Amino acid sequence: MATVQTALPPARAGGPLETRARRRSRRAKITAAVFALPALVLLGALVGYPIVYSVIRSLFDAKGDHFVGLDNYRTLFSDHATLIALRNTMVWVLVVPALLTGIGLLLAVLTDRVRWKTAFKLVIFMPMAVSFLAAGITFRLVYDQDPDRGVLNAVAVSVHDAFHDSASYPGARARQGAGAALEGDGHGGYTTSAAASPGSTVSLGMVGILPAKLPKDSVQAAPAAARPGSVTGTVFLDFRPGGGGRPGQVDSGERGLPSVHVQLQKDGHTVAKATSGPDGTFRFAKVPDGSYKVILPKSNFATAYSGISWLGPGLVTPAIMAAYLWVWTGFALVLIGAGLAALPREVLEAARMDGATEWQTFRRITVPLLAPVLSVVFVTLVINVMKVFDLVYIIAPGPVQQNANVLALQMWLVSFGGGNNQGLGSAIGVVLLLLVVPAMVLNIRRFRRSGS
Amino acid sequence: MRVRHTLPAAVAVAGLAMTATACGGGSSDSGSSAAKGGQSLKGHTVTVAGVWTGEEQASFKKVLQGFTDATGAKTDFVSTGDNVSTVIGTKIAGGDAPDVVMVPQVGVVQQFASSGWLQPLSSAVDAEVTQNYAPVWKNYGTVKGQLYALYFKASDKSTVWYSPTAFANAGVTPPTTYAQMMTDAKTISDSGLAAFSVGGQDGWPLTDWFENIYLSQAGPGNYDKLAQHQIKWTDPTVVKALTTLGDFFKQDDLIAGGRKGALATDFPTSVEQVFGDSPKAGMTYEGDFVSGNVQSLHKKVGTDAKFFPFPAVDGGQPPVVGGGDAAVVLNKGKDKAAGMALVKYLASPQAAAIWAKAGGFISPNKAVPLTDYTDPTLRETAKSIVDAGNGVRFDMSDQAPAAFGGTAGTGEWKILQDFLRDPSNPAKTAQTLESAAAKAYQG
Repeated sequence: MATVQTALPPARAGGPLETRARRRSRRAKITAAVFALPALVLLGALVGYPIVYSVIRSLFDAKGDHFVGLDNYRTLFSDHATLIALRNTMVWVLVVPALLTGIGLLLAVLTDRVRWKTAFKLVIFMPMAVSFLAAGITFRLVYDQDPDRGVLNAVAVSVHDAFHDSASYPGARARQGAGAALEGDGHGGYTTSAAASPGSTVSLGMVGILPAKLPKDSVQAAPAAARPGSVTGTVFLDFRPGGGGRPGQVDSGERGLPSVHVQLQKDGHTVAKATSGPDGTFRFAKVPDGSYKVILPKSNFATAYSGISWLGPGLVTPAIMAAYLWVWTGFALVLIGAGLAALPREVLEAARMDGATEWQTFRRITVPLLAPVLSVVFVTLVINVMKVFDLVYIIAPGPVQQNANVLALQMWLVSFGGGNNQGLGSAIGVVLLLLVVPAMVLNIRRFRRSGS
Repeated sequence: MRVRHTLPAAVAVAGLAMTATACGGGSSDSGSSAAKGGQSLKGHTVTVAGVWTGEEQASFKKVLQGFTDATGAKTDFVSTGDNVSTVIGTKIAGGDAPDVVMVPQVGVVQQFASSGWLQPLSSAVDAEVTQNYAPVWKNYGTVKGQLYALYFKASDKSTVWYSPTAFANAGVTPPTTYAQMMTDAKTISDSGLAAFSVGGQDGWPLTDWFENIYLSQAGPGNYDKLAQHQIKWTDPTVVKALTTLGDFFKQDDLIAGGRKGALATDFPTSVEQVFGDSPKAGMTYEGDFVSGNVQSLHKKVGTDAKFFPFPAVDGGQPPVVGGGDAAVVLNKGKDKAAGMALVKYLASPQAAAIWAKAGGFISPNKAVPLTDYTDPTLRETAKSIVDAGNGVRFDMSDQAPAAFGGTAGTGEWKILQDFLRDPSNPAKTAQTLESAAAKAYQG
């Protein structure tokens, strides 16, 4: 043991000079080893052993009893879910670190000369103090589909409704089956199935509206009176509260639908327009003889705009990335800001004296001088992005989890989250390790260079 | 599955935190009362582990107190949190095994038994079970011909919850057949309210929908075979059940928010959409635990929220998909004899009566008089479970390997979510289910 050796008799005095020097250097080496030993043991137990064991475990099957060679790796690269995870991780690595470093640089340069930059940096940095879990839960709410809960959709819906008139009867539809007078017109509206001619009258029964949501001026529906030379009709809610109405006919207790836009069409061309009254009746007067169709255009019934499906299969990964940006921008900003503060002012001033524009100073002086800091930030983010797990796990709802999957999450899902295949999980872990290694090597090289 | 109630990640993690604290704080109920019954087990202490917390734990402790009164043995309840099998596994490995564990899933009973952790139940308990329980409950407690588990608490997952106001407005009454339910659904939807709220964002309500339809349409025999994967998911009965389910899913008008809305609705929200302050639907299907969600919306079960049994599909028997918490005795426990005595006590109608009076409990024990249930809603569920007798079947997805039947984002949950998104091809969905099942059952 090393410890025993150091306790050996001290070097004999009066030996040749070389031997003493050699002996001293050997003793220094031994001392170094003794001091390094606890750290090495710890590293070995906590880092070395798990890596080696993961590699070994990845060569065995789910239960760990049978050696399967590279089968797990083969499964990994042929399994659809894992491939999606791999692809998403790649997208993350390509997009997020670059974007974050860029935003960090931009904010750092912009705030550099602002008086309140410390306060500003503090605010941007604050999300770093929030755990990913809490950030994930918050963002899941932010992205909620229901405009009453998700703030983003609340904004989207308000903006949309400000520019588009909302329909008077969203979601209402024509009575189908027995008593149906209307059929779809192919554009989301309705048209009468039978032809109408002057002197005839139509009953247009609609369903799917809560009586409580009818306009206040709506009253008991009235069957329209037939008039010579006019097409008349009633648009009404063909449903009596408590049930019991006759489908397609105006019954007592069934209310008219006021303010419905009605069109009269002949051969596909609109020839007249009308609006229904409080009892649902409408009238097209002075209609020449012929065969017509009565149309209820889609604009009456268009379902309310429900906002953007942020957590749908298409947008879920960008949405999670945005949450990640929110958390990590502070990190990039503070590091790059510190680098910026340490830049030699005289160089920048010299450039300005020489007549360089702000953009030129930024491009040619600031960025190259900041390059070491930028690359540290970038590489650190690459490593961090590769192991992103919690945000994806929390924000992505069950049905789209696979669309948002990343390797770290897939590794957990496969090993513990139901898959119970720790062989395959270890294989994913090893692949993840291999992907991180280049970034690690880069970082270590840089540390070394800056150390020497 | 118990874990299911806490699916949103937030709650899941909060649950973990609670587990951590709950594990530390086992409380001991000392047998203070004087001998009403015998004191045969005086000086013994039985350690009981279970998933229960809060009110359920308090009620179960009353039952344990009853045992103490009857025998003189002290009891000590330890809460395991949601993940029973991990906690118990750790405790056994650490030499600190409880005597009795209340296991919430049939799959876990089998896992414990095949790990060799369980003590076969004594012949006295066996006799009680044979006498007072429908054989199906004994079967679910039996592994390889040996009775290991006593089902103490049952749950009913064949309840369709509805808002009486919505039904009154639409002029419909609780249906007795599936076809009638779908007709009523159309009427409700005509009245301006979507008929059903479906919690499609969590996959498990969809599996429960399927299981009820399948159990009623294909019968218990096929149900058992499918649960064991003895018939394939491509079997015509499965395709037929999926077609039935798909015919419902296809009608966007019947579902709150349409199919897309359903996929963005988690279970608690699906209950809120029916019983919340601005209702969007008239009914929601899920198990008896919906009552808990109803109460948390400050609505009253029985007046604001009622249920009817899931109706019979295509002339079959009405399905009763159930579940339950089973008591098992660990063979590494310190006081197995006293543990066995506790299980025997739990098999008695007296033990069940204590919790039935406290509420929030139904017993599969036939000998428990229905008058013991103070809550009329629970009395109905208890009646339907006991009346169903041998027709009760456990949740199929709970019996399947977790990778297939119990994991968000994969297996049956995910495939049925895809089916909800696009219900046009039941045969293809069956095919996908089969290939996922084949992989999971083999692993």
